[in-house]
Amino acid sequence: MNMSQDREKNNPLQLTRTGQLKHFLTVSGLSKELLTEILDTADSLIEVGERNIKKVPLLRGKTVVNLFFEASTRTRSTFELAAKRLSADVLNLNINTSATSKGESLSDMLRNLEAMASDMFVVRHSQSGASHFIAESVTPGVAIINAGDGWHAHPTQAMLDMLTIRQNKGKFEGLKVAIIGDILHSRVARSQIRALNTLGVKEVRVIAPNTLLPIHVESLGVTVFNDIEEGLKGTDVVIMLRLQKERMNGALLPSEQEYYQLYGLTKKRLSLANKDAIVMHPGPINRGVEIESEVADCPQSVILDQVTNGIAIRMAVMSMAMSGQTEEKNALIERSKEGNII
Amino acid sequence: MHDPQAVQALLNSMARNLEKYLKEKDIQDFEFVGIKTGGVWVAKSIQKQLNSDKSLGELDISFYRDDFTQIGLNPKVTPSNLPFETEGKHIILFDDVLMSGRTVRAAMNELFDYGRPASITLAVLVDIGMPELPITPQIVGANLSLQKGKRIKLSGPENLHLRILDAEL
Repeated sequence: MNMSQDREKNNPLQLTRTGQLKHFLTVSGLSKELLTEILDTADSLIEVGERNIKKVPLLRGKTVVNLFFEASTRTRSTFELAAKRLSADVLNLNINTSATSKGESLSDMLRNLEAMASDMFVVRHSQSGASHFIAESVTPGVAIINAGDGWHAHPTQAMLDMLTIRQNKGKFEGLKVAIIGDILHSRVARSQIRALNTLGVKEVRVIAPNTLLPIHVESLGVTVFNDIEEGLKGTDVVIMLRLQKERMNGALLPSEQEYYQLYGLTKKRLSLANKDAIVMHPGPINRGVEIESEVADCPQSVILDQVTNGIAIRMAVMSMAMSGQTEEKNALIERSKEGNII
Repeated sequence: MHDPQAVQALLNSMARNLEKYLKEKDIQDFEFVGIKTGGVWVAKSIQKQLNSDKSLGELDISFYRDDFTQIGLNPKVTPSNLPFETEGKHIILFDDVLMSGRTVRAAMNELFDYGRPASITLAVLVDIGMPELPITPQIVGANLSLQKGKRIKLSGPENLHLRILDAEL
Protein backbone atom coordinates (compact mmCIF):
# COMPACT_ATOMS: atom_id res chain seq x y z
CA MET A 1 0.00 0.00 0.00
CA ASN A 2 1.50 3.33 -0.97
CA MET A 3 1.22 6.53 0.99
CA SER A 4 -1.67 8.09 -0.83
CA GLN A 5 -3.78 4.94 -0.44
CA ASP A 6 -2.87 4.89 3.20
CA ARG A 7 -3.96 8.49 3.61
CA GLU A 8 -7.29 7.76 1.92
CA LYS A 9 -8.03 4.88 4.26
CA ASN A 10 -7.22 6.62 7.49
CA ASN A 11 -8.40 10.12 6.80
CA PRO A 12 -12.01 10.29 5.73
CA LEU A 13 -11.50 13.74 4.23
CA GLN A 14 -14.59 13.29 2.13
CA LEU A 15 -16.92 12.29 4.97
CA THR A 16 -18.71 14.21 7.72
CA ARG A 17 -18.52 13.17 11.35
CA THR A 18 -21.67 11.11 10.88
CA GLY A 19 -20.27 9.38 7.79
CA GLN A 20 -22.13 11.33 5.12
CA LEU A 21 -20.46 12.52 1.93
CA LYS A 22 -19.19 16.12 2.03
CA HIS A 23 -16.70 15.90 -0.85
CA PHE A 24 -16.55 13.21 -3.50
CA LEU A 25 -12.90 12.48 -4.22
CA THR A 26 -12.63 8.73 -4.58
CA VAL A 27 -14.68 5.57 -4.16
CA SER A 28 -12.03 3.90 -2.06
CA GLY A 29 -12.79 3.93 1.63
CA LEU A 30 -16.52 4.35 1.00
CA SER A 31 -18.83 1.65 2.36
CA LYS A 32 -21.15 -0.50 0.32
CA GLU A 33 -24.06 1.27 2.04
CA LEU A 34 -22.88 4.71 0.98
CA LEU A 35 -22.24 3.61 -2.62
CA THR A 36 -25.72 2.09 -2.67
CA GLU A 37 -27.18 5.33 -1.32
CA ILE A 38 -25.53 7.23 -4.20
CA LEU A 39 -27.04 4.76 -6.68
CA ASP A 40 -30.49 4.98 -5.07
CA THR A 41 -30.47 8.77 -5.05
CA ALA A 42 -29.38 8.80 -8.71
CA ASP A 43 -32.17 6.36 -9.55
CA SER A 44 -34.70 8.87 -8.19
CA LEU A 45 -33.08 11.70 -10.13
CA ILE A 46 -33.24 9.89 -13.49
CA GLU A 47 -36.95 10.62 -13.54
CA VAL A 48 -36.24 14.38 -13.39
CA GLY A 49 -34.47 14.14 -16.76
CA GLU A 50 -37.62 12.71 -18.32
CA ARG A 51 -39.91 15.58 -17.30
CA ASN A 52 -41.07 18.59 -19.27
CA ILE A 53 -39.33 20.86 -16.83
CA LYS A 54 -36.04 19.13 -16.07
CA LYS A 55 -35.25 20.92 -12.85
CA VAL A 56 -35.49 20.43 -9.11
CA PRO A 57 -34.63 23.21 -6.65
CA LEU A 58 -32.09 21.32 -4.48
CA LEU A 59 -29.12 23.59 -5.24
CA ARG A 60 -31.10 26.74 -5.91
CA GLY A 61 -28.95 29.78 -5.23
CA LYS A 62 -25.72 27.73 -5.02
CA THR A 63 -22.77 28.48 -7.26
CA VAL A 64 -20.95 25.55 -8.84
CA VAL A 65 -17.58 26.15 -10.50
CA ASN A 66 -16.35 23.65 -13.07
CA LEU A 67 -12.56 23.83 -12.77
CA PHE A 68 -11.17 21.93 -15.72
CA PHE A 69 -7.39 21.88 -15.96
CA GLU A 70 -7.64 19.18 -18.62
CA ALA A 71 -9.73 18.90 -21.75
CA SER A 72 -13.12 17.20 -21.47
CA THR A 73 -16.38 17.42 -23.34
CA ARG A 74 -18.64 14.73 -21.98
CA THR A 75 -17.70 14.98 -18.33
CA ARG A 76 -17.75 18.77 -18.26
CA SER A 77 -21.05 19.08 -20.09
CA THR A 78 -22.80 16.41 -17.99
CA PHE A 79 -21.53 18.10 -14.81
CA GLU A 80 -22.83 21.40 -16.12
CA LEU A 81 -26.23 19.93 -16.98
CA ALA A 82 -26.39 18.13 -13.64
CA ALA A 83 -25.75 21.36 -11.74
CA LYS A 84 -28.28 23.24 -13.86
CA ARG A 85 -30.93 20.57 -13.33
CA LEU A 86 -30.39 21.05 -9.61
CA SER A 87 -31.05 24.80 -10.18
CA ALA A 88 -27.47 25.87 -9.35
CA ASP A 89 -25.63 28.66 -11.14
CA VAL A 90 -22.67 27.30 -13.06
CA LEU A 91 -19.37 28.83 -13.97
CA ASN A 92 -17.12 26.97 -16.43
CA LEU A 93 -13.41 27.62 -16.26
CA ASN A 94 -10.94 26.06 -18.67
CA ILE A 95 -7.72 26.77 -16.89
CA ASN A 96 -5.37 25.95 -19.76
CA THR A 97 -6.42 29.15 -21.38
CA SER A 98 -6.95 31.19 -18.25
CA ALA A 99 -5.28 32.60 -15.16
CA THR A 100 -2.47 30.04 -14.69
CA SER A 101 -1.06 31.18 -18.01
CA LYS A 102 -0.75 34.62 -16.39
CA GLY A 103 1.26 33.11 -13.57
CA GLU A 104 -1.36 32.95 -10.80
CA SER A 105 -0.86 30.05 -8.38
CA LEU A 106 -3.58 27.45 -7.84
CA SER A 107 -4.14 28.53 -4.23
CA ASP A 108 -4.52 32.17 -5.19
CA MET A 109 -6.97 31.28 -7.89
CA LEU A 110 -9.03 29.19 -5.45
CA ARG A 111 -9.10 32.02 -2.86
CA ASN A 112 -10.41 34.30 -5.59
CA LEU A 113 -13.14 31.88 -6.56
CA GLU A 114 -14.09 31.43 -2.91
CA ALA A 115 -14.34 35.21 -2.64
CA MET A 116 -17.01 34.99 -5.32
CA ALA A 117 -19.02 32.88 -2.84
CA SER A 118 -18.70 29.61 -4.71
CA ASP A 119 -20.27 26.60 -2.99
CA MET A 120 -18.76 23.76 -4.98
CA PHE A 121 -15.73 23.09 -7.16
CA VAL A 122 -15.83 20.31 -9.73
CA VAL A 123 -12.18 19.61 -10.43
CA ARG A 124 -10.44 17.82 -13.26
CA HIS A 125 -6.66 17.81 -13.26
CA SER A 126 -3.87 15.84 -14.93
CA GLN A 127 -2.07 15.43 -11.58
CA SER A 128 -3.13 12.55 -9.35
CA GLY A 129 -4.33 13.87 -6.00
CA ALA A 130 -5.20 17.37 -7.22
CA SER A 131 -8.75 17.35 -5.88
CA HIS A 132 -7.49 15.88 -2.58
CA PHE A 133 -5.09 18.78 -2.29
CA ILE A 134 -7.84 21.29 -2.99
CA ALA A 135 -10.24 19.62 -0.53
CA GLU A 136 -7.61 19.86 2.19
CA SER A 137 -7.15 23.58 1.78
CA VAL A 138 -10.58 24.79 0.79
CA THR A 139 -12.73 27.03 3.02
CA PRO A 140 -15.20 25.05 5.17
CA GLY A 141 -18.59 24.83 3.51
CA VAL A 142 -17.25 24.42 -0.01
CA ALA A 143 -17.66 20.93 -1.52
CA ILE A 144 -15.10 19.41 -3.90
CA ILE A 145 -16.10 16.86 -6.54
CA ASN A 146 -13.36 14.95 -8.34
CA ALA A 147 -14.03 14.88 -12.08
CA GLY A 148 -10.85 12.91 -12.78
CA ASP A 149 -7.32 13.34 -11.42
CA GLY A 150 -4.34 11.99 -13.34
CA TRP A 151 -4.17 8.19 -13.32
CA HIS A 152 -5.70 8.07 -9.86
CA ALA A 153 -9.49 8.24 -9.79
CA HIS A 154 -12.62 9.20 -11.69
CA PRO A 155 -15.26 8.35 -9.13
CA THR A 156 -18.36 9.77 -10.84
CA GLN A 157 -17.54 7.79 -13.99
CA ALA A 158 -17.19 4.61 -11.91
CA MET A 159 -20.51 5.26 -10.16
CA LEU A 160 -22.40 5.94 -13.39
CA ASP A 161 -21.03 2.62 -14.64
CA MET A 162 -22.25 0.92 -11.46
CA LEU A 163 -25.69 2.48 -12.00
CA THR A 164 -25.73 1.19 -15.60
CA ILE A 165 -24.74 -2.30 -14.44
CA ARG A 166 -27.41 -2.33 -11.73
CA GLN A 167 -30.08 -1.14 -14.19
CA ASN A 168 -29.25 -3.96 -16.59
CA LYS A 169 -28.38 -6.76 -14.20
CA GLY A 170 -30.44 -5.87 -11.15
CA LYS A 171 -27.65 -6.74 -8.71
CA PHE A 172 -23.90 -7.06 -8.31
CA GLU A 173 -23.70 -10.42 -6.53
CA GLY A 174 -22.51 -13.21 -8.78
CA LEU A 175 -21.46 -10.97 -11.70
CA LYS A 176 -18.25 -11.49 -13.66
CA VAL A 177 -16.95 -8.21 -15.05
CA ALA A 178 -14.12 -7.82 -17.57
CA ILE A 179 -12.26 -4.55 -18.04
CA ILE A 180 -10.31 -4.52 -21.29
CA GLY A 181 -7.56 -2.23 -22.51
CA ASP A 182 -5.30 0.46 -21.17
CA ILE A 183 -5.58 -0.19 -17.43
CA LEU A 184 -2.21 1.46 -16.76
CA HIS A 185 -3.27 4.98 -17.67
CA SER A 186 -6.89 4.58 -16.64
CA ARG A 187 -8.23 6.38 -13.59
CA VAL A 188 -11.63 5.07 -14.69
CA ALA A 189 -10.46 1.46 -14.34
CA ARG A 190 -8.99 2.07 -10.88
CA SER A 191 -12.24 3.58 -9.62
CA GLN A 192 -14.33 0.88 -11.29
CA ILE A 193 -12.31 -1.95 -9.73
CA ARG A 194 -12.72 -0.44 -6.26
CA ALA A 195 -16.45 0.16 -6.70
CA LEU A 196 -17.11 -3.30 -8.17
CA ASN A 197 -15.28 -5.04 -5.35
CA THR A 198 -17.01 -2.94 -2.68
CA LEU A 199 -20.41 -3.66 -4.19
CA GLY A 200 -19.63 -7.37 -4.13
CA VAL A 201 -19.31 -8.70 -7.69
CA LYS A 202 -18.04 -12.26 -8.03
CA GLU A 203 -14.99 -11.52 -10.13
CA VAL A 204 -13.26 -8.55 -11.76
CA ARG A 205 -10.99 -9.46 -14.66
CA VAL A 206 -8.55 -7.15 -16.36
CA ILE A 207 -7.56 -8.00 -19.91
CA ALA A 208 -4.55 -6.22 -21.40
CA PRO A 209 -0.97 -6.67 -22.57
CA ASN A 210 1.51 -6.47 -19.70
CA THR A 211 2.78 -3.11 -20.97
CA LEU A 212 -0.66 -1.59 -20.27
CA LEU A 213 -1.06 -3.05 -16.78
CA PRO A 214 0.16 -1.40 -13.57
CA ILE A 215 2.64 -3.51 -11.62
CA HIS A 216 1.02 -5.55 -8.83
CA VAL A 217 -2.37 -4.97 -10.41
CA GLU A 218 -3.59 -8.18 -8.71
CA SER A 219 -3.40 -6.39 -5.37
CA LEU A 220 -6.45 -4.34 -6.43
CA GLY A 221 -8.47 -7.57 -6.33
CA VAL A 222 -8.55 -8.59 -9.98
CA THR A 223 -7.71 -11.61 -12.11
CA VAL A 224 -5.30 -10.84 -14.95
CA PHE A 225 -5.68 -12.14 -18.50
CA ASN A 226 -3.35 -11.37 -21.41
CA ASP A 227 -5.57 -13.29 -23.83
CA ILE A 228 -8.85 -11.51 -24.60
CA GLU A 229 -10.65 -14.65 -25.76
CA GLU A 230 -9.76 -16.53 -22.62
CA GLY A 231 -10.75 -13.57 -20.44
CA LEU A 232 -14.14 -12.91 -22.05
CA LYS A 233 -15.51 -16.40 -21.46
CA GLY A 234 -18.54 -16.39 -19.19
CA THR A 235 -18.52 -12.65 -18.39
CA ASP A 236 -21.71 -10.66 -17.73
CA VAL A 237 -20.30 -7.17 -18.21
CA VAL A 238 -17.61 -6.12 -20.71
CA ILE A 239 -16.05 -2.71 -20.09
CA MET A 240 -13.83 -1.34 -22.86
CA LEU A 241 -11.32 1.40 -22.19
CA ARG A 242 -10.04 3.98 -24.62
CA LEU A 243 -6.39 3.84 -25.64
CA GLN A 244 -5.10 6.96 -23.93
CA LYS A 245 -2.67 7.99 -26.63
CA GLU A 246 -2.17 11.40 -25.03
CA ARG A 247 -0.79 9.75 -21.89
CA MET A 248 1.52 7.28 -23.60
CA ASN A 249 5.11 8.39 -23.47
CA GLY A 250 6.98 5.20 -24.28
CA ALA A 251 6.76 2.48 -26.89
CA LEU A 252 3.99 0.59 -25.12
CA LEU A 253 2.28 -0.62 -28.26
CA PRO A 254 3.64 -1.83 -31.60
CA SER A 255 0.79 -0.14 -33.51
CA GLU A 256 -2.93 0.59 -33.30
CA GLN A 257 -3.60 -2.05 -35.94
CA GLU A 258 -1.82 -4.72 -33.96
CA TYR A 259 -3.63 -3.67 -30.79
CA TYR A 260 -6.96 -4.06 -32.54
CA GLN A 261 -5.87 -7.48 -33.82
CA LEU A 262 -5.07 -8.63 -30.30
CA TYR A 263 -7.44 -6.69 -28.02
CA GLY A 264 -10.17 -5.08 -30.15
CA LEU A 265 -13.69 -6.10 -29.13
CA THR A 266 -15.23 -7.69 -32.20
CA LYS A 267 -18.63 -9.29 -32.64
CA LYS A 268 -16.96 -12.69 -32.77
CA ARG A 269 -15.06 -12.16 -29.53
CA LEU A 270 -18.12 -10.74 -27.77
CA SER A 271 -19.95 -14.01 -28.51
CA LEU A 272 -17.58 -15.69 -26.02
CA ALA A 273 -19.13 -13.68 -23.18
CA ASN A 274 -22.54 -14.62 -21.77
CA LYS A 275 -25.42 -14.16 -24.20
CA ASP A 276 -26.94 -11.29 -22.23
CA ALA A 277 -23.61 -9.60 -21.48
CA ILE A 278 -23.62 -5.81 -21.76
CA VAL A 279 -20.88 -3.75 -23.42
CA MET A 280 -19.76 -0.49 -21.81
CA HIS A 281 -17.26 2.21 -22.71
CA PRO A 282 -16.58 5.48 -20.86
CA GLY A 283 -16.11 7.32 -24.16
CA PRO A 284 -14.90 8.81 -26.34
CA ILE A 285 -14.84 5.62 -28.37
CA ASN A 286 -12.24 4.96 -31.05
CA ARG A 287 -14.07 2.82 -33.57
CA GLY A 288 -11.73 0.26 -35.10
CA VAL A 289 -9.05 0.83 -32.45
CA GLU A 290 -10.45 -0.78 -29.30
CA ILE A 291 -13.98 -1.61 -30.41
CA GLU A 292 -15.56 -2.77 -33.66
CA SER A 293 -18.05 -0.23 -34.96
CA GLU A 294 -20.80 -2.83 -35.14
CA VAL A 295 -20.29 -3.78 -31.48
CA ALA A 296 -20.55 -0.15 -30.34
CA ASP A 297 -23.99 0.08 -31.98
CA CYS A 298 -25.32 -3.40 -31.17
CA PRO A 299 -28.25 -3.99 -28.77
CA GLN A 300 -25.87 -5.26 -26.09
CA SER A 301 -24.11 -1.87 -26.07
CA VAL A 302 -25.25 0.43 -23.25
CA ILE A 303 -22.74 3.18 -24.04
CA LEU A 304 -25.37 5.89 -24.48
CA ASP A 305 -27.25 4.83 -21.33
CA GLN A 306 -23.99 5.50 -19.51
CA VAL A 307 -24.09 9.12 -20.67
CA THR A 308 -27.69 9.61 -19.48
CA ASN A 309 -26.87 7.96 -16.17
CA GLY A 310 -23.86 10.24 -15.84
CA ILE A 311 -26.12 13.25 -15.36
CA ALA A 312 -28.17 11.50 -12.64
CA ILE A 313 -25.07 10.28 -10.77
CA ARG A 314 -23.54 13.75 -10.85
CA MET A 315 -26.78 15.28 -9.60
CA ALA A 316 -26.81 12.71 -6.78
CA VAL A 317 -23.25 13.27 -5.54
CA MET A 318 -23.56 17.06 -5.87
CA SER A 319 -26.71 17.13 -3.73
CA MET A 320 -25.32 14.66 -1.23
CA ALA A 321 -22.04 16.57 -0.84
CA MET A 322 -23.90 19.87 -0.46
CA SER A 323 -26.13 18.20 2.12
CA GLY A 324 -23.03 16.96 4.00
CA GLN A 325 -21.53 20.46 3.97
CA THR A 326 -24.78 21.77 5.44
CA GLU A 327 -24.59 19.18 8.19
CA GLU A 328 -21.00 20.19 8.98
CA LYS A 329 -21.90 23.86 9.04
CA ASN A 330 -24.79 23.24 11.44
CA ALA A 331 -22.56 21.14 13.68
CA LEU A 332 -20.02 23.95 13.71
CA ILE A 333 -22.70 26.47 14.71
CA GLU A 334 -23.88 24.12 17.48
CA ARG A 335 -20.35 23.77 18.82
CA SER A 336 -19.69 27.50 18.70
CA LYS A 337 -22.95 28.07 20.65
CA GLU A 338 -21.57 25.83 23.34
CA GLY A 339 -18.50 28.01 23.33
CA ASN A 340 -15.97 25.43 22.26
CA ILE A 341 -14.80 26.47 18.83
CA ILE A 342 -11.82 24.47 17.69
CA MET B 1 -57.62 7.19 16.57
CA HIS B 2 -55.34 4.31 17.42
CA ASP B 3 -57.52 1.68 15.96
CA PRO B 4 -57.85 1.02 12.24
CA GLN B 5 -61.65 1.17 12.33
CA ALA B 6 -61.63 4.81 13.38
CA VAL B 7 -59.32 5.65 10.48
CA GLN B 8 -61.49 3.65 8.12
CA ALA B 9 -64.50 5.73 9.20
CA LEU B 10 -62.58 8.91 8.39
CA LEU B 11 -61.61 7.53 4.99
CA ASN B 12 -65.26 6.63 4.31
CA SER B 13 -66.42 10.12 5.07
CA MET B 14 -63.60 11.60 2.95
CA ALA B 15 -64.67 9.42 0.01
CA ARG B 16 -68.29 10.57 0.32
CA ASN B 17 -67.30 14.22 0.64
CA LEU B 18 -64.95 13.98 -2.31
CA GLU B 19 -67.66 12.43 -4.46
CA LYS B 20 -70.02 15.21 -3.51
CA TYR B 21 -67.36 17.84 -4.10
CA LEU B 22 -66.50 16.55 -7.58
CA LYS B 23 -70.17 16.53 -8.50
CA GLU B 24 -70.78 20.06 -7.19
CA LYS B 25 -67.77 21.44 -9.05
CA ASP B 26 -68.61 19.36 -12.10
CA ILE B 27 -65.09 17.93 -12.22
CA GLN B 28 -64.87 14.89 -14.47
CA ASP B 29 -61.38 14.84 -15.91
CA PHE B 30 -59.42 14.29 -12.70
CA GLU B 31 -56.36 12.35 -11.53
CA PHE B 32 -55.33 11.22 -8.05
CA VAL B 33 -51.89 12.09 -6.70
CA GLY B 34 -50.64 10.94 -3.28
CA ILE B 35 -47.72 12.45 -1.38
CA LYS B 36 -45.39 9.64 -0.25
CA THR B 37 -45.83 7.70 1.80
CA GLY B 38 -48.94 8.33 3.93
CA GLY B 39 -50.74 10.33 1.25
CA VAL B 40 -50.38 7.43 -1.19
CA TRP B 41 -52.05 5.07 1.30
CA VAL B 42 -54.91 7.51 1.81
CA ALA B 43 -55.33 8.00 -1.96
CA LYS B 44 -55.33 4.23 -2.59
CA SER B 45 -57.94 3.60 0.05
CA ILE B 46 -60.26 6.31 -1.27
CA GLN B 47 -59.75 5.18 -4.83
CA LYS B 48 -60.87 1.72 -3.78
CA GLN B 49 -64.05 3.08 -2.23
CA LEU B 50 -64.85 5.08 -5.34
CA ASN B 51 -64.30 1.95 -7.45
CA SER B 52 -61.72 3.74 -9.53
CA ASP B 53 -59.06 1.72 -11.31
CA LYS B 54 -57.13 4.73 -12.56
CA SER B 55 -53.38 4.68 -12.08
CA LEU B 56 -52.30 6.72 -9.12
CA GLY B 57 -49.63 9.43 -9.18
CA GLU B 58 -47.01 9.33 -6.43
CA LEU B 59 -44.89 12.29 -5.37
CA ASP B 60 -41.71 12.16 -3.30
CA ILE B 61 -41.17 15.79 -2.41
CA SER B 62 -37.65 15.34 -0.95
CA PHE B 63 -36.09 17.34 -3.80
CA TYR B 64 -38.48 20.25 -3.17
CA ARG B 65 -38.32 20.65 0.58
CA ASP B 66 -37.74 24.20 1.78
CA ASP B 67 -35.51 23.01 4.65
CA PHE B 68 -32.85 21.36 2.45
CA THR B 69 -30.35 24.03 3.42
CA GLN B 70 -31.06 23.32 7.09
CA ILE B 71 -31.42 19.56 7.26
CA GLY B 72 -29.95 18.28 3.99
CA LEU B 73 -31.12 15.56 1.68
CA ASN B 74 -33.40 12.73 2.75
CA PRO B 75 -31.27 9.62 2.22
CA LYS B 76 -34.33 7.49 1.52
CA VAL B 77 -35.67 9.48 -1.40
CA THR B 78 -37.59 7.44 -3.98
CA PRO B 79 -38.66 8.46 -7.51
CA SER B 80 -41.83 10.39 -8.12
CA ASN B 81 -44.11 8.76 -10.63
CA LEU B 82 -46.95 10.50 -12.48
CA PRO B 83 -48.20 7.97 -15.03
CA PHE B 84 -50.45 10.52 -16.79
CA GLU B 85 -50.36 13.99 -18.32
CA THR B 86 -51.12 16.67 -15.73
CA GLU B 87 -51.55 19.47 -18.26
CA GLY B 88 -55.13 20.73 -18.06
CA LYS B 89 -56.19 18.00 -15.59
CA HIS B 90 -57.95 18.45 -12.27
CA ILE B 91 -55.57 17.04 -9.66
CA ILE B 92 -56.82 15.64 -6.36
CA LEU B 93 -53.79 15.83 -4.06
CA PHE B 94 -53.76 13.54 -1.00
CA ASP B 95 -51.73 13.69 2.17
CA ASP B 96 -52.13 12.00 5.52
CA VAL B 97 -51.51 14.90 7.90
CA LEU B 98 -51.70 18.63 7.17
CA MET B 99 -49.71 20.64 9.65
CA SER B 100 -47.72 23.69 8.50
CA GLY B 101 -48.65 23.34 4.83
CA ARG B 102 -45.00 23.24 3.74
CA THR B 103 -45.19 19.71 2.35
CA VAL B 104 -48.20 20.70 0.26
CA ARG B 105 -46.34 23.76 -1.01
CA ALA B 106 -43.44 21.53 -2.08
CA ALA B 107 -45.83 19.08 -3.73
CA MET B 108 -47.53 21.86 -5.68
CA ASN B 109 -44.17 23.14 -6.89
CA GLU B 110 -43.28 19.66 -8.07
CA LEU B 111 -46.66 19.20 -9.78
CA PHE B 112 -46.15 22.38 -11.76
CA ASP B 113 -42.83 21.04 -13.07
CA TYR B 114 -44.83 18.35 -14.85
CA GLY B 115 -47.31 20.73 -16.46
CA ARG B 116 -50.09 23.20 -15.70
CA PRO B 117 -53.05 21.49 -14.04
CA ALA B 118 -56.55 22.95 -14.42
CA SER B 119 -56.97 22.85 -10.65
CA ILE B 120 -55.61 21.22 -7.51
CA THR B 121 -57.90 19.99 -4.75
CA LEU B 122 -56.32 19.12 -1.42
CA ALA B 123 -57.63 16.14 0.54
CA VAL B 124 -56.12 15.23 3.93
CA LEU B 125 -56.94 12.60 6.49
CA VAL B 126 -56.14 14.84 9.45
CA ASP B 127 -55.83 18.62 9.63
CA ILE B 128 -53.82 19.73 12.67
CA GLY B 129 -54.56 23.35 11.94
CA MET B 130 -51.16 24.94 12.50
CA PRO B 131 -50.82 26.68 9.13
CA GLU B 132 -47.64 28.57 8.36
CA LEU B 133 -48.74 29.12 4.77
CA PRO B 134 -52.10 30.12 3.26
CA ILE B 135 -53.07 26.52 2.43
CA THR B 136 -56.50 25.09 3.27
CA PRO B 137 -57.74 21.60 2.43
CA GLN B 138 -61.06 21.11 0.62
CA ILE B 139 -61.61 17.57 1.87
CA VAL B 140 -60.78 16.73 5.50
CA GLY B 141 -61.20 13.45 7.41
CA ALA B 142 -60.86 15.02 10.86
CA ASN B 143 -59.70 18.24 12.49
CA LEU B 144 -57.47 17.62 15.48
CA SER B 145 -55.38 19.74 17.76
CA LEU B 146 -52.08 18.55 19.13
CA GLN B 147 -50.23 19.35 22.31
CA LYS B 148 -47.05 21.31 21.83
CA GLY B 149 -44.05 19.09 21.05
CA LYS B 150 -46.17 16.28 19.65
CA ARG B 151 -46.80 15.15 16.13
CA ILE B 152 -49.09 12.65 14.49
CA LYS B 153 -48.14 9.88 12.11
CA LEU B 154 -50.10 7.52 9.91
CA SER B 155 -48.92 3.91 9.99
CA GLY B 156 -49.58 1.49 7.16
CA PRO B 157 -49.82 0.35 4.44
CA GLU B 158 -52.30 -2.21 5.83
CA ASN B 159 -54.66 -1.44 8.73
CA LEU B 160 -54.03 2.29 8.58
CA HIS B 161 -53.91 3.81 12.04
CA LEU B 162 -52.73 7.06 13.59
CA ARG B 163 -50.09 7.41 16.27
CA ILE B 164 -49.12 10.40 18.35
CA LEU B 165 -45.36 10.79 18.79
CA ASP B 166 -42.90 13.27 20.25
CA ALA B 167 -41.97 15.85 17.62
CA GLU B 168 -38.26 15.14 17.92
CA LEU B 169 -38.56 11.47 16.99
